[in-house]
Amino acid sequence: MTGTSDGFVVFDRVQKSYDGETLVVKDLNLSIGKGEFLTMLGPSGSGKTTCLMMLAGFETATHGDILLDGKPINNIPPHKRGIGMVFQNYALFPHMTVAENLAFPLEVRKIGRADREAKVQRALEMVQMGAFGGRRPAQLSGGQQQRIALARALVFEPELVLMDEPLGALDKQLREHMQFEITRLAHNLGITTVYVTHDQTEALTMSDRVAVFNDGRIQQLARPDELYEKPVNSFVAQFIGENNTLLGRVKEINGTALVELDDGEVIDAIPVNVRNRGDRTLVSIRPERVEIDPKRLTPGAHLIHAEVLEFIYMGDIYRTRLRVAGNDDFVIKTRNAPDQRRLRPGEHIEIGWLPEDCRALDAP
Amino acid sequence: MTETATAPAGTDTGPVLAADGLPLKRSLRRALRAQKLRALMLIAPLLIFILVTFIAPIADMLFRSVENQIVAETLPRTARAIQDYDPDSGTMPSEAVLAAFTYDLTAASERKLHTRLGTRLNYEYTGVSSLFRKAGRRVDDFGETYRDQFAAVDPAWEEPATWIALMADPDWVAEYRAWTAAGEAAKAARREFTQAQPLFRLRDEVADVLPETASAYAEFARIAQVEDGDDPAAEDPWAPVYLALYRDLLHVGPGAIAQLGPEAEAMLDAAHDAVEGFETVNLADLYLEADKDWGDPGVWGTIKTFSSAYTPGYFLNAVDLQLTPDGVAAQPEDRQIYIMLFERTLFMSLMIMGSCVLLGYPIAYLLSNLPLRTSNLLMILVLLPFWTSLLVRTSAWKVLLQQQGVINDILVWLGIVSNSGRLILINNQTGTIIAMTHILLPFMILPLYSVMKTIPPSYVRAAKSLGATNWTAFWRVYFPQSVPGIGAGCILVFILAIGYYITPELVGGTSGTFISNRIAYHISSSLNWGLAAALGSILLAVVLILYWAYDKLVGIDNVSLG
Repeated sequence: MTGTSDGFVVFDRVQKSYDGETLVVKDLNLSIGKGEFLTMLGPSGSGKTTCLMMLAGFETATHGDILLDGKPINNIPPHKRGIGMVFQNYALFPHMTVAENLAFPLEVRKIGRADREAKVQRALEMVQMGAFGGRRPAQLSGGQQQRIALARALVFEPELVLMDEPLGALDKQLREHMQFEITRLAHNLGITTVYVTHDQTEALTMSDRVAVFNDGRIQQLARPDELYEKPVNSFVAQFIGENNTLLGRVKEINGTALVELDDGEVIDAIPVNVRNRGDRTLVSIRPERVEIDPKRLTPGAHLIHAEVLEFIYMGDIYRTRLRVAGNDDFVIKTRNAPDQRRLRPGEHIEIGWLPEDCRALDAP
Repeated sequence: MTETATAPAGTDTGPVLAADGLPLKRSLRRALRAQKLRALMLIAPLLIFILVTFIAPIADMLFRSVENQIVAETLPRTARAIQDYDPDSGTMPSEAVLAAFTYDLTAASERKLHTRLGTRLNYEYTGVSSLFRKAGRRVDDFGETYRDQFAAVDPAWEEPATWIALMADPDWVAEYRAWTAAGEAAKAARREFTQAQPLFRLRDEVADVLPETASAYAEFARIAQVEDGDDPAAEDPWAPVYLALYRDLLHVGPGAIAQLGPEAEAMLDAAHDAVEGFETVNLADLYLEADKDWGDPGVWGTIKTFSSAYTPGYFLNAVDLQLTPDGVAAQPEDRQIYIMLFERTLFMSLMIMGSCVLLGYPIAYLLSNLPLRTSNLLMILVLLPFWTSLLVRTSAWKVLLQQQGVINDILVWLGIVSNSGRLILINNQTGTIIAMTHILLPFMILPLYSVMKTIPPSYVRAAKSLGATNWTAFWRVYFPQSVPGIGAGCILVFILAIGYYITPELVGGTSGTFISNRIAYHISSSLNWGLAAALGSILLAVVLILYWAYDKLVGIDNVSLG
């Protein structure tokens, strides 16, 4: 799945500028394998949608090549690229019925009527909307429109489907359900999918690989687990999931890094992108990797004093905010289990973590 | 499906009740009442303003298209008497009708109303106006012969006091004496005397015994008192009053005269005995002497036809028909212009609308797809004509389009047309269409623009990503969604064009004018307001019918201004 050597879709040193002064996309190199589900994740203005639009053909690359199945497509107009696309607001044609919407790509491909109707019906069945062919898009709920938009992008059997924040307008429950539907469909049909979102949960749960965009560059391109557990820089660490950060200075570096935090405490961490002694560093620790019961920790764990500031009951977990090494926003998450302690604000406790969960990253 | 509509909590049947046990609907109405009242208060000033200054005058104006009270009001006796007259007989009406007409015309000419009536009837029958003018000058002499003969019988007939004694209500006479006495007392005391004369009242019996005389004299007394501010007790009656007396005395029996009391009886008996031997004069001859055209039965037929208070005549005129004594007939061919004008107005409005769509659509498309800053600049160019006086713009077209104008000069200079073959671009339909398309274009562009602005670019992108060429994406996806804008623009331009006045007036010459120019002509030049109102009503009806047809064909919710 993750074979980048296939290179079904390849961005080769692609740059894009709108005004001739600033680059929105800076030197993008990306190879997407056939059948892969790749997500472009990033904050707004990071260049991810521009990349998608260049791939779809609605924007032209200022520099560099985009290859589809080995052929450069820079000069191919969008309607000849044969790429299915799902838009942010679905873009279902309001003056056509659902069936007409689905028949549209087949009609412009001059597919015969009988064949067309069969394909439309099959596509509707595929998204469990078989009975809705005669409706107008305005008569459908958001989730139903979403399914129709998906069916329309798939009905002409493209090999590549682009999705531009397709679930942004849905409520949480429906969004989670559709995330599952979309991945299932994509894998069952074996189509290559490029998915753009700013929702990191969506990116983590759906994708084979995630490309994290910031400032016109890919910050990290990795599998979801790797992305979450091994962020390569402080942007990725802070953008993906919740994260505790402690600022300090590298004291010693050989295999592991010895970091002196700003309040004088010295801790061990894995050096990720710090090179030299004396560099400023941002140490990242995931909240769920912090243990409040030091007895459970294996030897070698680092123990540190903390003061409880706030305790929030969230149902399945407890979320506790602590003051650790001068940082008032240190958050830990503990499972709501029978033997779990409920901390009280003002309490002074010992917490601990393993040095391998502690990553020394660049200080922003 | 994960999303399902949740059923309302209430499961019991019957009307839903509010917490206080009242039906929920009533509670809701009460709760909303204050809100509605406030909304009404907010629009009230505008509503009243529009009602008073716009709706009411228009309603009044439109009412004029059927209103015809001037004939019945000015010639009340004639209107009643002439009903039995048959214009096909080829003769003038009977003496009785002519006598009624004489009393009416005398009163009308005293009040200076006969020329207005003549003008009104002249719309229906050419020449009536001058007949009324001429007869109006002479009609107060039409009883002269009889006055002289009555005076010969008894000179007292020429005394105003005789008439007062004969005609006036004794109570009124008493009031009148009291008023005179009070006036003299005031004069003696050198006080100012401002009390008005008591209004003349007829005595009861006289209307039965001498109906025509009573009616004519009462009219005389009223006009003398109210309109001229004179004293009827000091004025000679009009000559036609003597005509009335003569006519009454011919028919009245001696028994009837006795009802009027001994004093009157003595005078009237003497007169009654004398009238048989009076030298008579034919009223018909008097009118023919005033103008021989009074002998035309058509004149009298027209008076009869238009003697009712309401008439379809104006509407018939507005569609090139006329109401004749024999019913509805076509206007003479040289006077048929309105149908042609209506057709021309509709045709040219459609042409203007069409050219506005053709020219406006691409501009609106460009405007709505450009970046905001550029489109705002272009929008100013579109709106620029709005900030220039309509008159200036139209006059500019005059300069551009005339045969020695800029466009022809350039064409000649380029050698496209020869100097002798300069194009006629103004004072015809071409001129009107060119100038009005230019003037109305913003009204097409603005609704189109505001609708196109709301069409997200993602629709066309979606169409292209689905494999549609630029043209297919435009035609199948973009265009259908811009139709509401086209509809709104077309209705706006068409309705504005159909009632346009200034531009066709200035650049239309004779072949490029609209029905509205004719309406304006009747409002301000010919003063035939009834016909103008009828033409205006028809125009309004045509617009409403077209609007209705549009609603049926396209659907009015398919019109959007943005």
